[in-house]
Amino acid sequence: MTTAVEHEATPAPGDEHTHGAHTTHSDAFYVKIALVLAALTALEVSTYYVDFGSLFLPVLFALMVIKFFMVVWFFMHLRDDAKLFGRLFWAGLFLAIAVYVGALATFQFFLK
Amino acid sequence: MADTTIIHSPAEFVPEDEHHGVAHHTSTGLSNNKLAMWLFLGSECLLFGGLISTYMLYRGRTEGGPTPEEIFDIPFTSVSSFVLLMSSLTMVLAVANAKRGDIRRTRLWLVTTALLGATFVGGQVYEFTAFYREGLGFTTSLFGSSFYTLTGFHGMHVTVGIIMLLSLTFITQRGRITGDRAEVVEIVGLYWHFVDIVWIVIFTLVYLIPA
Repeated sequence: MTTAVEHEATPAPGDEHTHGAHTTHSDAFYVKIALVLAALTALEVSTYYVDFGSLFLPVLFALMVIKFFMVVWFFMHLRDDAKLFGRLFWAGLFLAIAVYVGALATFQFFLK
Repeated sequence: MADTTIIHSPAEFVPEDEHHGVAHHTSTGLSNNKLAMWLFLGSECLLFGGLISTYMLYRGRTEGGPTPEEIFDIPFTSVSSFVLLMSSLTMVLAVANAKRGDIRRTRLWLVTTALLGATFVGGQVYEFTAFYREGLGFTTSLFGSSFYTLTGFHGMHVTVGIIMLLSLTFITQRGRITGDRAEVVEIVGLYWHFVDIVWIVIFTLVYLIPA
């Protein structure tokens, strides 16, 4: 006797699968992350209208870094993926930061 | 004893389990294509780092032309940024559905991502036109040159991403992708998310922080 089993196109909501080192989250999870990113963007834009005083730059930088890492961590799956991928990316990023902060410092950018 | 036959719908991807259960036959055990994309993205950090730092250095050099505060339309750019951010959501949904083997939803999200990207690029073209009419040409000042170079390069990256997304949609429809198809979507997704994170930085450093 032969039993035919058809694959379901979409797993049940809330399902989370791990394939080796890589995790696939549910659609709802990604929507939640996007909502948080949208809220953080709204907060960023609010700094244009509301006077944050001396907190203006720290708040903007903090929001930028949080958004950056959320996309890299959850949407690009760097948190769950192979470590070598992360090393290649972070090496490029931190090399760029070091080189260009150094270059800006030579032009006395931070003293102005 | 009952035999179990697994039937795939012909129009669907093979779900990820059936590919990723097997290690890649490379010296690292990882996909060389994905490794190359991450290496490329690492090198892109240096490209955009150079363009951003050049802008930061020259944004005050307006040479009598319009200043950033005079021409930037923050509400408009905020909406564009939101559109690009949401395109990252639709892209990750395309990747997730590709991994589950749902080609119909994968194509839907790929096309949606491309449309959101096209909206962003359209907004950028509108913004550039408005700035030019207000007197900021490419050679007006160092601020103008560095601004157009930075945002223009980013816009070109988004445009390349849109071409990749539409090509991927077309190719999957024609069934021409062989091998690990979900991974192809994931690699295009990595590129798309990268242009999004670059814009996260540009939006803060270029638009929100005044010169």
